Amino acid sequence: MNLVLDIALLALMGIVAIAIIRLRDLVAVTMLASLYSLLAATMFVILDAADVAFTEAAVGAGISTVLMLAALNLTGFTEKVPLRSAFVPGLIVIATGLVLGYGVMDLPRYGDPSAPIHLHVAPKYLQDTGPEIGIPNVVTAVLASYRGYDTLGETTVIFTAGLGVTLLLSGRRRRKDTRATPEPSS
Amino acid sequence: MNDQPIARILTKALVPLILLFGLYVQVHGEASAGGGFQAGVILGAAVILYGLVFGLDAAKRAVPLGLLYPASGIGVLIYGGVGIASQLLGRDYLDYGVLAGDFVAGQKLGITLVEAGVGLTVASVMIIVFLEFAGRRDAA
Repeated sequence: MNLVLDIALLALMGIVAIAIIRLRDLVAVTMLASLYSLLAATMFVILDAADVAFTEAAVGAGISTVLMLAALNLTGFTEKVPLRSAFVPGLIVIATGLVLGYGVMDLPRYGDPSAPIHLHVAPKYLQDTGPEIGIPNVVTAVLASYRGYDTLGETTVIFTAGLGVTLLLSGRRRRKDTRATPEPSS
Repeated sequence: MNDQPIARILTKALVPLILLFGLYVQVHGEASAGGGFQAGVILGAAVILYGLVFGLDAAKRAVPLGLLYPASGIGVLIYGGVGIASQLLGRDYLDYGVLAGDFVAGQKLGITLVEAGVGLTVASVMIIVFLEFAGRRDAA
């Protein structure tokens, strides 16, 4: 059952990705990108990564779509048709894809219990979260307690992003206002 | 979007449910999927949906920017403050074990506070970024 779902989802993601490349209407591209995120979120649910699926659905499919549409409102709704042919860039992309595919062959099988990632700190977290932290969600325990420094850094990054957007977008408006006001008097 | 009754009525019905779900994800994150970041994004998305349908001014009346700017910083301060509190109580920075009577209770309290800080910052930054981007159209 999961195999059928995997294949169907991956096929849909592939179709959406190709449609995104082919289309020049940027509103349609934004909506398709949102659809791609939703498909990715479904994929994460199948992989039992509910926390990641949450984030992908809310940020990727929801908020970033709205932000992209707001940005398009300020710039323009159609993509310029490129003048040069895409032959060489296409060749580079295919070559990179082949190299990455070759690299993936060395990775351990998905869910392999003897994979390095499952032998390093993961067993410690899984064993100690119950007695040490006392909460059932190991992901939350890792994010908020064992790796609390990282999450503090991430929260600061989000705060800084909000600060940057505010300074960039609302600052220029104010400067335009001050430049506009002296004109009538002079 | 004043001429779209379906969107308006659906939004009015949906926004409270999304807010409730966001709060659930926030306070229940230690037991089920989710946590501060996911809750913040969901809460932010509720306000963004409200702003999309009822207009930016309505969204700004519901959540004023004057509240959002300090809230985005206060979230980070809560997180950092929990770290300093555990330091003042004689343990390492962000070592929650000393915050309550026994080690496990301290961990739970620390995680709850830290997640609240994350949720506050994420929700307010998401709404700020939306309001700034969407508000630019009037200025341009």
